[in-house]
Amino acid sequence: MVIAVHNLSYSFGSGTLTQPVLKGVDLAIHQGEIVIMTGPSGSGKTTLLTIIGGLRQALNGSVVVLGEQLVNSTERTKVSIRRQTGYIFQQHNLLKSLTALQNVCMTLEMQHDLTESERSCRAQKMLEAVGLKEWLHYLPESLSGGQRQRVSIARALVGQPKIVLADEPTASLDRQSGHEAVEILKQLAKVSDTAILLVTHDYRILDIADRVVELEDGMIKSA
Amino acid sequence: MSIINVWLFPARLAWRQLVHDRPKMIAAISGVLFACVLVFMQLGFKDALYASAASMPLKFDGDLFLIHRQSEAMWRPAQFERSELIRALGHPAVAEVIPLYLSLATFKAMDTQVKRTLMVFGYDPDTDLLNVDAIKSMKVALRVKDTVMFDEFSRPEFGPVGEQLKVGRNRTEVNDYKVRILGVFQLGISFAADGNIVTSDQNFMRIFPNRSMGYIDVGAIRLHPGTAIQPVKAELKTLLNDFVKIYTYEEILEHERLYWENAAPIGFIFNFGTVMGLIVGMVIVYQILFTEITNYRFEFATLKAMGYQHQYFVRMVFASALILAILGFVPGFVLSKGLYYLAESQIFIPMPMTLEKIVTVFMFILFMCATAGLLAIHRLKSANPADMF
Repeated sequence: MVIAVHNLSYSFGSGTLTQPVLKGVDLAIHQGEIVIMTGPSGSGKTTLLTIIGGLRQALNGSVVVLGEQLVNSTERTKVSIRRQTGYIFQQHNLLKSLTALQNVCMTLEMQHDLTESERSCRAQKMLEAVGLKEWLHYLPESLSGGQRQRVSIARALVGQPKIVLADEPTASLDRQSGHEAVEILKQLAKVSDTAILLVTHDYRILDIADRVVELEDGMIKSA
Repeated sequence: MSIINVWLFPARLAWRQLVHDRPKMIAAISGVLFACVLVFMQLGFKDALYASAASMPLKFDGDLFLIHRQSEAMWRPAQFERSELIRALGHPAVAEVIPLYLSLATFKAMDTQVKRTLMVFGYDPDTDLLNVDAIKSMKVALRVKDTVMFDEFSRPEFGPVGEQLKVGRNRTEVNDYKVRILGVFQLGISFAADGNIVTSDQNFMRIFPNRSMGYIDVGAIRLHPGTAIQPVKAELKTLLNDFVKIYTYEEILEHERLYWENAAPIGFIFNFGTVMGLIVGMVIVYQILFTEITNYRFEFATLKAMGYQHQYFVRMVFASALILAILGFVPGFVLSKGLYYLAESQIFIPMPMTLEKIVTVFMFILFMCATAGLLAIHRLKSANPADMF
C-alpha cells in the first residue's frame, strides 16, 4: 500500500465561516495501481490530492504516504514526500524560460549525486519515451498543448517516483492529445510499477484506470 | 560538488530566467549601471577635489614646512614673520630656508579681457622651490622686473596663453598690475583657484603693494642630505614659537586634504550624492526582482510542489541580484572610465581610476543589489503551492 487515507477531514476557513470540504475520506492505493477519482466541481478532489502530495497540511484523520504520516507532519516530511511524488498539474506548469530538456532536468537537480551528463541523459531518454525526441531544445511556448503536457509527464516520471498524482491532466487538451497523454502515462507507469492517482472530469479517459472512485460531498463513493 | 550545486543550480535558473526576459534584464542592468556611474562620478569628483586641493604643495621641494597655526588651508593663509623662518637656520641640520608668498589675485585674460581669480606664487627663483622643470629653466629670466610664468593647466577661461605667447602676445594684468608672461609651466589647479602663476618674490611685492617681504605665507626648510627628518622636526618645534606649525612634506599634503574633507562641506555633498545613487539603484533592482518573483511565482510554486525548498529560491534571488550587479557594473565601469577621461581632458580635473576606487564601487554595488534582494525575498512567501493549485 503506497497511499492509505483514513477518516480524513479538512475544512477551509475558520470560526463561523468554516467550510468543510473533506468529511472522513477513506482511500487506499496499492503499488502500481491506477486509480481515477471523479466527482463534481468543488467536491474536494484537488484538496485531497494536495494533501496526499504533501502540499497542504491536514490536521484530522490519517494520511500515510510511502510509510510517512502526513497529518500534522513537519515541513521536512512534506518535502520528502514531494520529492518522491511526481505531480502533474492541470496546466502544464512548465518553466517558460527553460527548454523541454531543462524542464525535465529540474526534477533531477534535487538529486545532487548525479552528474550533469547523467541528468541530461536520463531526461533525454524520458522525453524520447513520451515521443518528444525532436523537441528537446524547444521552449514551452513553441510546443503544442499536448506536447507540453507530455513534457510535464516526463518531468513527473523522470525521478522514478513511486506515486504520480495528476490533477485533471487532460483539462486543457483536445480529445486526441488528451488520450495520447494519459496513454503514455499509463504505459510508463506500468513499466516502473508506479501508482497513479488521477483526478479528472474527463469521462473519455476512464478506460485507462484499474479502478474508478467518486468523491462526492467530501466522501468517497466507490463506483 | 554538493556545496557548488547548492549555489550553482539556483544561479543557473536565475540566469536562464533573466536571459529569457531580455527587456526586463536590460532595464535592471540600466538601473545598476546608472547607480554605478553616479557613484563613480561622485567618488571621482570627491577624490579629485581632495587630490587637487593637495596638489598645491605637491611640487614643493622641501623637507619641512612652516605655516601659521591660524592658516586653515594654504589658499587662504595667515602670514607670519619671515624672521621666524630664519630662526630655523639656527638648527645645525637645516641647510636652507625658503620664504613663499601666496595670494589670490585677478588675472585679465588677454583675449576676452575678463578678470578671473588665480593663485600667485612668489619666491626667489634661484631656490627652485617648485620642482617644475619649465620654471627652473627660466629662473634667470624670472629675476627681471614684472615677469611671471603661467600654468598651462589653468582653466581655459584665462585664454589660450600658450598660443598667445607664440604669436607674441604676452602682456596682461595681475591684480591690475601690468606684467609680462615669460612662458608656461604645468602644475594643475585646485578647487580654491582656477589657475596659477609663478613670479619672483620681488615681483610679488610689486603686484601686491600692501604686502611686505617681512611677512610670509609658507616657509620651506631644506635639510642637509641624509638627515632624518622627524627628529629635526621635533627639535625645531621646541626652537620655534607656538604660532607656527611645522609639517613634513607628507603631512602638509594631508593637512590640505583634511581641510577639504572636514572644514569644507564639500565632502558631505559628494557622500550624499553617493548614497542617493545607491538608493535609486537599489529601488530599481528591488522593483525588478519583486516583479520577477511576482511573475514567476506560479513557477516557484510548481518547483515547491516538486520538492524544492524555500532556501533554493532565496539563493536564486541573491544569485539574480549578484548577476545584475556584475552585468551592471562592467558597462558602468567602462562608461565611468570614459567620463573620467572626459573630465580630465575637458574640465582639467585630475580623476584617476584607481584599483581601490574600482573595488570600493563594486562593493557598494554588490551591497546595493544584495539589499534589494533581501527586500524582495519576502515576496517569495506568495508562492505557496497549496494556494495555487
